[in-house]
Amino acid sequence: MSATSIAVAQILVLVIALVAVHIPLGGYMARVFTSTRHLRVERAGYRVLRVDPDADQRWSMYLMSVLGFSLVSVLFLYGLERLQAYLPLSLGISGMDPAGAWNTAVSFVTNTNWQWYSGETAAGHLLQMAGFAVQNFLSAAVGIAVVVALIRGLARSGADGRVGNFWSDLVRTVVRILLPISVVAAVVLIGMGVIQNLSAHTEIATLAGGSQHVLGGPVASQEAIKELGTNGGGFFNANSAHPFENPTPLSNLLEIFLLLAIPFSLPRTFGIMVGDRRQGWAIVGVMGTLWAGAVGLLTWAELAGRGLVPAAAGAAMEGKETRFGAAASALFAASTTSTSTGAVNSMHDSLTAAGGGVTIFNMQLGEISPGGTGSGLYGMLVLVIVAVFIAGLMVGRTPEYLGKKIGRQEITLVALYVLATPAIVLMGTAISIATPAGQAGILNSGAHGLSEVLYAFTSAANNNGSAFAGLTVATPFYNVLLGLAMLFGRFVPIALVLALAGRFASQKTVPASAGTLPTHRPLFAGLLLAVVLVVVGLTYIPVLALGPIAEALQ
Amino acid sequence: MTTPDLTTPSSIAPSITPRSSTGRSLGSTIVVFTRQTGAGLRVLLALTVLLGIVYPLAVTGIGQVVFPWQANGSLLAADGSHVNSVANGGQGVAIGSALVGQSFAGPTWFHPRPSGAGKGYDTLASAGSNLGPNNPDLLTTVQNRRVQVAAEDGVDPRSVPADAVTASGSGLDPEISPAYAREQVARIAAVRGLSADKVSALVESSIQGRTLGILGEPRVKVLALNLALAKMTV
Repeated sequence: MSATSIAVAQILVLVIALVAVHIPLGGYMARVFTSTRHLRVERAGYRVLRVDPDADQRWSMYLMSVLGFSLVSVLFLYGLERLQAYLPLSLGISGMDPAGAWNTAVSFVTNTNWQWYSGETAAGHLLQMAGFAVQNFLSAAVGIAVVVALIRGLARSGADGRVGNFWSDLVRTVVRILLPISVVAAVVLIGMGVIQNLSAHTEIATLAGGSQHVLGGPVASQEAIKELGTNGGGFFNANSAHPFENPTPLSNLLEIFLLLAIPFSLPRTFGIMVGDRRQGWAIVGVMGTLWAGAVGLLTWAELAGRGLVPAAAGAAMEGKETRFGAAASALFAASTTSTSTGAVNSMHDSLTAAGGGVTIFNMQLGEISPGGTGSGLYGMLVLVIVAVFIAGLMVGRTPEYLGKKIGRQEITLVALYVLATPAIVLMGTAISIATPAGQAGILNSGAHGLSEVLYAFTSAANNNGSAFAGLTVATPFYNVLLGLAMLFGRFVPIALVLALAGRFASQKTVPASAGTLPTHRPLFAGLLLAVVLVVVGLTYIPVLALGPIAEALQ
Repeated sequence: MTTPDLTTPSSIAPSITPRSSTGRSLGSTIVVFTRQTGAGLRVLLALTVLLGIVYPLAVTGIGQVVFPWQANGSLLAADGSHVNSVANGGQGVAIGSALVGQSFAGPTWFHPRPSGAGKGYDTLASAGSNLGPNNPDLLTTVQNRRVQVAAEDGVDPRSVPADAVTASGSGLDPEISPAYAREQVARIAAVRGLSADKVSALVESSIQGRTLGILGEPRVKVLALNLALAKMTV
C-alpha cells in the first residue's frame, strides 16, 4: 500500500469508531440530562453540600452559578499553584509567580490548557492531580452544561426563561459521563505504557554510561480526561508527543478517538432532546465535513512536505515522532485543533506552512468542527441561527429555528457572539506585534513569526491551548494578556449563549408550517457550511494572508 | 431567588427600555451571586476530593496491580529484563525505559535521532526545536547533519533518511526508522568486529511494523537494539 492509502485507512478506522459510538453515547447523554432521578450518591452529595438540584433556574441564575463556580475554581487553582511548595508530593518544586499562576489558573478553568510552563519541572504531583486534572473534568462539564441549557431553551415552550439546574447538570456530567469513561480509558492507557505512579523523578545510569531521570507521576489518570474533556494540557512539556503520555500508534488512535467522542456525539443528544434526530444529523454532517476537510488538507500538506527544511531533510519529520510519522501526526493535529483540545503529538511550529495554516484556520472557525465538549455544539448552534437568519432574509420570512422566532434581540446576541472571539484574537495579536514586549517572544523571523503570535491569541481566545511553541510566552506580558484572552474568550460567549437560551425558553414554540425552512436537509447543511466559512473567512483572511499564506507561497 | 431585572435579557442585549431601579437590582444581584459562589465553593471542594484524590489514587492502585511494569515506566535492566522499580535492588538495576530514548554517542552504538530536549534526551526538558519549515538556521543544521551522518556511516549523503537529520517532537523519541538502523549496520559491525550479517539480522528482527498494518510507522527501538548488541559482543 502507498503512504497515502495507509493514511486513509488509519483515518477510516477512526471514523468507524466514532460512528459506532455516536448513537449509544449520544443517546446515553440525552438520558442523563432528561432523567428526573438522582443517583443515590448524587442525592447524598446535594444534601451535604446544601445545593438544590431540582430548582429550575432562569438563564440569569444559571449564568451566575456558572460564573460563581468558575470564580472559585480560578481562585482555588491560583492558590494551589502559588502554595505548591508547601503541599505534599510537590517534588521540591516552588510556587508559580503571580502572572504565571494567573495565566495557568484561567487556562485550566476555561478548558484552554494553554501552558507557559513545563510540567516536569514546574508542577508537582498534587498540583497536577488536585488542581489541573480536576479542572480538566470541571471545565469540560461546564461546557456541556451550558450547551444542555441552550438545548433545553430550544426544546421548551413558554418556560419563562428557565433552562434547568446548573449544579445537577455539572454533577451528572462528571459522575455519569466523564468519570466512568476516564477510569476505563486510563487503565487501558496504562496497559499501553502510560505511567501511573506517585514516584519522584529519579536519576539512573544509562546503558552508554550517561545519566537520565526516570519520570514519575499520575499521568494516565490525567491523560484520559485531558483528551476526553478536550482540555489538552500535557502532564509533560512535550504533551502527547511524550512517550509516557502517548507511547504507541494505538494509544495515539485512542487519544484522538477520546477527544472527538463527546463533541461528535452531542449532536445526537441535541437531536433527541429537541425531539427531531434529523436536526442532529444535519449538524454532525457539517461538523464532520469540516473535520474531514481539515484532516485531508493537513495530511496532504505533511505527506507532500513542502518547504525548505522538509525538502532538505527528505520529509517533514522535524517535530514529529518516528512511531507516528507524518500521517498520524497530521490526523492528531487536525483533530486537536478542530476540537478545543490543544494537545499535540507533534510540534505545530514545525509543521509545513500549509499544515500550520490549517491548524490556525481550524481554531478560527470558532472550535465547531466538532469543537470542544459542549462549546463546540453551542458555537455551531449560534452559526445555525446566523444561517437561518440569512435564509429568512433571502426569502423574506421571519426566520425561525425549531419553532423559535429569531427576532431582533436574538440576532443581537448572536452577532455579539460571532464578533467577540475574533475581536479578542485580532486585538491581542495587534498589541503584541506593536509592542517590544510582544515582539521579544518571537522565535522564527518573517511571516512565520507573525503566525506564532496569531496562533497564540487564536488558541487562547478559542480556548484551544495548543501553540506554535517557539513563541516565548513565559513572560508577564504574555501571561497576563493571554490570560485575559482566555477569560473573555470563554465567558463572554457563555453569557451570550445562556441569554439566548433564556430568550428561546420564554418563547412559545410555533408549529411548523408549509413555509417553514427545513433545517435538517442537505440544502440547509450546505448553507450552514457556507456561512461558517464565509463568516470566518471574511474575518481572518487579511491576517492569514500576512502569516501562513504568505509563507506557504514563498 | 432572582430579580425581575435579570429575567429579561435587557442587562445583556441592547434595549430601549430604561432600567427602573438599578440600585436595588445591583444589590440583590450581588447577594444572589455571592450565594451561588458559596455553593460553587462547596461543590468544588467535594469534587476536588473525588476527582483529584480518589480517582487518581484508584487508577494508580489498579495500574500498580494489573500493569506494574508499564505503570512504573517500562524499565529495563542491562540484561534486557523488565524492572518494576528504579530502586529495586533485587531485580537488577534499571538502565532506562523501553519507551524513552537516551543518548548514544560514538561509533559502537546505534544512534538515535537528534534531540531538542536539553543537551539531548534530557527527560526533565522534553521539547522539540520548534523551528519553522523555512527557518534558515534549521536548514543549515539539517544540511550539516546530513553530511556528518553520511561521513560517520560511510554512505552517500543523499541516502540518509529524514529521521536521522531532524529532531523529534518530544526530544525523547525512543525509535528510528528501519532505514536509519540499516544504514548504521556496516559501521557498527566494523567497529565491534562482528559480522555484518549478524548485525543486520539483529536489526531486521527488531523492526516493528505498523500496528494492525495501518497505524503509525515502521520503526526500531534504539535502546532494545543496543542492549541486544551489547549482549552479542560479550
